[in-house]
Parts: sequence; structure tokens; C-alpha cells
Amino acid sequence: MQLIRQHKTWLNNLLVPVLSIVFGFIFGAILMVAFGYNPIIAYDAMISGVFASPYFIGEALRQATALTFTGLGFALAFKAGFFNIGIAGQALVGWVSAIWFALSFPDLPRILLVTLSLGVGAIIGALWASIAGFLRAYFGTSEVIVTIMLNYTALQLTNFLIRDVLSESGNTTESVGENASLSIGWLSTLTQSSRLNLGFFIAMAVVILYWIFMTRTTAGFEIRAVGLNPHASTYAGMSAEKNIILSMFLSGALAGLGGAIHGLGTFGNIFTQGGLPDIGFNGIAVALLGLSNPIGIFFSSILFGVLDIGAGFMPNRAGVPDEMADIVTSAIIFFVGANYIIRYFVDKRAAKKEAASSTKGGDV
Amino acid sequence: MNALDIIQLIVSSSLIYAAPLILTALGGTFSERSGVVNIGLEGIMVMGAFMSAVFNIQFAAAFGGWTPWIGLIAGGLIGVLFSIIHAVATINLRADHIISGTVINLAAPAIGVFLTRAIFGAAQTGPLPESFGRTNIFLLDRIPIIGPIFFENTSGPAYFGIILAVVAWFVLFKTRFGLRLRSVGEHPHAAETLGIKVYVMKYSGVLLSGLLGGMGGAIQAQAISNEFGILTIAGQGFIAMAAMIFGKWNPLGVMGAAIFFGFAQSLARIGTYIPIIQDIPAIWLLVMPYLLTILVLVGVIGRAEAPARLGTTYIKSR
Repeated sequence: MQLIRQHKTWLNNLLVPVLSIVFGFIFGAILMVAFGYNPIIAYDAMISGVFASPYFIGEALRQATALTFTGLGFALAFKAGFFNIGIAGQALVGWVSAIWFALSFPDLPRILLVTLSLGVGAIIGALWASIAGFLRAYFGTSEVIVTIMLNYTALQLTNFLIRDVLSESGNTTESVGENASLSIGWLSTLTQSSRLNLGFFIAMAVVILYWIFMTRTTAGFEIRAVGLNPHASTYAGMSAEKNIILSMFLSGALAGLGGAIHGLGTFGNIFTQGGLPDIGFNGIAVALLGLSNPIGIFFSSILFGVLDIGAGFMPNRAGVPDEMADIVTSAIIFFVGANYIIRYFVDKRAAKKEAASSTKGGDV
Repeated sequence: MNALDIIQLIVSSSLIYAAPLILTALGGTFSERSGVVNIGLEGIMVMGAFMSAVFNIQFAAAFGGWTPWIGLIAGGLIGVLFSIIHAVATINLRADHIISGTVINLAAPAIGVFLTRAIFGAAQTGPLPESFGRTNIFLLDRIPIIGPIFFENTSGPAYFGIILAVVAWFVLFKTRFGLRLRSVGEHPHAAETLGIKVYVMKYSGVLLSGLLGGMGGAIQAQAISNEFGILTIAGQGFIAMAAMIFGKWNPLGVMGAAIFFGFAQSLARIGTYIPIIQDIPAIWLLVMPYLLTILVLVGVIGRAEAPARLGTTYIKSR
């Protein structure tokens, strides 16, 4: 009986994201019809555009790689009860510092240079996020506003570094050498020289490590406990300050690592940015859709990777501006956030079938 | 440049940059006083900026010099429409306030640029035909010394914002509506037992924030960037929220804080004309508004009193 009930809760939890995706696409379709576009052609262009060629499948998975990291980063802080809206800024500082390191030490052996560059990106991202964690822990400052302010600071600072330090008032840095490349020969061949790279496997490994850390270690348990009930955890002898800073540090490390992999793997350089990188805010969307579960985040990031790459096909094949993909994404997250309406109907149906059945609310 | 010119320049450009912040921060004050966190103000500003830009381009010929002011109303109305999403999600559908706000911030630039492409075929609108420009405040500009500094060649929308701040203060603290709005933010259960319609009050707070945030965005588009594009609104909504906290949710304090942040923002543009400041590297002036916001929040938070039930969902008793 217990097992059946658990199974049902799990199924209901899965129902929220799945229905949210469906509603999100329906909302996008309604908007397209309202503006005189054909949604079927648009969605078909998006899906068939990606899945028709190994190259675009590779590109979608490459995009998913970065989103997995930023999604896990947001989820970790979210589990501890914090909104790390600064994922984008942390990814950006991770990106620029990894490139900076790789350009500074081009002659190190490949395995060392790749590891150190990614490590530097992760640490700088972690330290950047820790500022917000520290201020929250010791001054009670809202991490939401601080991380947003740090986002814009990171953007200006990065553009300054690119123009005045990493190049001679240019808009782009040199490309990193062969020894800092993340590309894998057979993977590129398999996907018709897409930019899919080693980062994809690192992402899968980190998904597993994240799951082990959160569910099988004391530190992970403390982070979740503080998120569930800070007062009870403090009473039980856990340090709230320590856990706030630790969770922001790890969250920023994941975002910074994502930025570093995005930078080294996708571009191999960095150029002045007009706005914060998309992987930040889309990472938040990935985490919310994945209900902060690492496996959920992995599959959500693949969905958003496909949406992101597929969006590129909409202007030419369907005449629909590619911002449509972002609108669908936000609609999906709206339904995830407002899941009360979905749960309300699901619970009502469940209650009808089995009067005694009790379903538990999810995390989001 | 003599001293008077420099002071005039600092005051007028601070006011120009402060105007969108004043209105948006006042909007945030209404929303948070009713207990709803609205970080979607950034997105609401984007929609207000978009709407006013479209209006400005379409109707400049018909309304002439009044176009920006009517565009301001258009921006406010679209802000109200957009804030309904936030109200429904947080009040009725029990969504987390931050998640709902984030959704608005994700959706608004996408919808704004989508519609701009659908209407103009490009991601930016291009320059607007009628901007707010600079105005002299009637009669006050004739006062010696003070007149030229504060009321000559200055920002009309900023003075509109200052007047609104006084009105907002009166509404919040001296009217029955204000008392009810605040009571809902402090203790909704108690308010409900007194017969106050909690949901109606919360809706009023959020919709007012939409109106004022949309107007703030309209000022940003029509007075500062003079076009609509993805970069028209870059963090002003969040800075306005910081101004709201700095001003302790009191409209007059909020207005003062917004002018302070307007000053910080303007320095990056006018810094080169001002002695001492012109020697500071440009990068510092660019990041200063953001760093100042953080410093102010760190300094002020111990003393700031947020509405007691801010950010929590109220479930109506049956």
C-alpha cells in the first residue's frame, strides 16, 4: 500500500512538469494564431529542424550541457531556500576567467590546462556567488537583489576586462590554444562537426555527483534541512550561516563551471556581451521545470536545448520571430510556478477515486 | 563650466535618470505594502517601455508635443494588464512570488521584442519622434539661483513623480484605502475578520504597481533611451526595488532613495564634465549604481521594517 502511494506521488509530481510543457506550447500556439502565424508550421520547423540532422542534435545537446550546470546551480541554492538569480553573472565570470587562464598558460599539457581552466572558472563563479551568501548570512541582505546587482556588475566588469585587459580595446579575445580545447574527435565526427564536446560527459557525471551529494552526504542533508526549516535545523545544531554561504558557494561553482564549459567548449574565446548570457536565466527555467531534481534537470535542459536551437529555424521556415521560444519557455515556467491549478485538479480526481488517498505537495 | 553650471547639470541629469525609478519604486511600495513581492517590476517596465515607444511612433503626428505624456498612460495601462498575470499567479494560484516575478521578467523582453519584430520588422523600434525632452517648471524657474538649478531645463516626468510620491504618501497613510492596504500586508487574517476583502486589496496593490511600473518604463523609453530595444530596460526595475527598501516602504523616503540612485546612474554619463569625478576610471562609474545598491541594502537592512507578511500566500478562510 505504502509503495503504491509513493508511486502515485511520484506520478503526480511528474504530471506537473509534463502538463506545464503541454500548456506552455498551447499558449505559444494561441499567441501565434493571434498574430496571424501558423503554429503547426512553426513547431514543425522547430522540431524537424533539430532532429533532421546529427549536427543540430549535437548543437542542442551542447546547449543542454551548459543549461544542466546552470540548472543544477540554481537548484542547489533553491533547495537551501535561496533564490540565486545571479546564475547568469556567475556563469559569465566563470567564462571570462576560464578563457583568461587558458590564454595565460597556453603551453601547459592539455589535461592539466583543461582541468585548471575549468577549475578556475568554477572557483571564480563560486566566490562571486559567495558575496551574496556572505551578505545574506551576516547582514540579512536579500540575496535576490544582491545577486541581480552582481549580475550587472559582472557584465560591466567582463566587458571592461575584454576591452582593456584581454585585448587591445577590441571586442573579442584571441581564441584559446589546442591544449585548452574541449572537443573530442569522434564526437565531432559523429555529429557532423557540431560543437558538442567533453562538457556533455562532465555534465552527466556532475548530475550523478550532485545526486550523491544531496542525498547521501551530511553536508547535502544539512543544506536540504536548512531549506526545509531553518529554525528547526538551527535548533538541531546546524549553523545557518555556514549552510547559507556553502550553498551559495556550490551554486556559484556549478554556474561558473557551466560558464567555463560554455566558453571553452562552444566558443573558445569571449567577446563583449550586450546582455547577460541566456544560459543563466534559462538555467533557472530548467531547474524549476525539473523540480530541482538532478535527473529532471538533465531532461529539462535537453528540452530547452532543443527549443533553443530549434528556435533558429522559425524565422526562415515559418516567418515567426525566434523570441517565440522564449515566450513558450516562460509560459511553461508560469504553469510550473502556478502548479496549484494543476495539482488542484489532479488531487480532486485522486480524491474521487480513493477517498483516503493523501498526496503530498512537491518542492516548487 | 562654472560651479552653477555643474550643479545644474548634476541636478537635472540626476532627476532625468531618477524619474523612471521614482514611479516604479512607488509601484513596488503599493505591491509590497499589500504583501506581494513584485520582482516582476523589471518586466513590467519593459512592457511599459515597449508600449509607449509603439504609441509614440504611431501617434506622434496626431498628438504632437503631448505624445510622450499620453504614451505614459499607454505604458501604464499595459503595465496593469501585465501585472494581472502576477496577481492571479500569486494571489489565486498560490505561486511563489519570486518565481512568478521571474516568469514576468523572462517573458516581457521576449514578448516585447517579438511584437517589435512583428510590427516593425526589426528588434528595435528606432528613434522616437517625440521625447519628453527638457522643460522649465512654470513660474518656479524664475526664482533666483534655486530656479536655474532645480526648475530650469529639467525633467518634467521627475516632477510628476515627486508629486505622485506625495499623493502616494497621502493615500497610504491618510486614507481608509491606505490603511486597509497596509493591514493586509501586515496581518491578513486580522484584516479579514474586520471585513476587509483581502484579495481585493492585494489585487489593488499589485495592479497599482503595474500601472506605476509601466509608466516608469514609458519614461525610460521616452526620456532616456529614446527607443525600444532589448537594452532599454537594464536593471532599473531591480534598482527601483532597492530604492523601495532603502526608503523603508514609505513613498517620501522611496522618492528620495530613487533620486539618489538616479544620481548614481547619471554619473556614468556626465562624469567626464565634473572635476574629480572625471579622473575616476569609467568602469567604476558604470558599476557604481549596482555596488551602491548593495552597500545601501547592507547598511539599511537592520533598520528596515518590511511589511510583516510580505511574500507569503494568503489562503482565504471558508
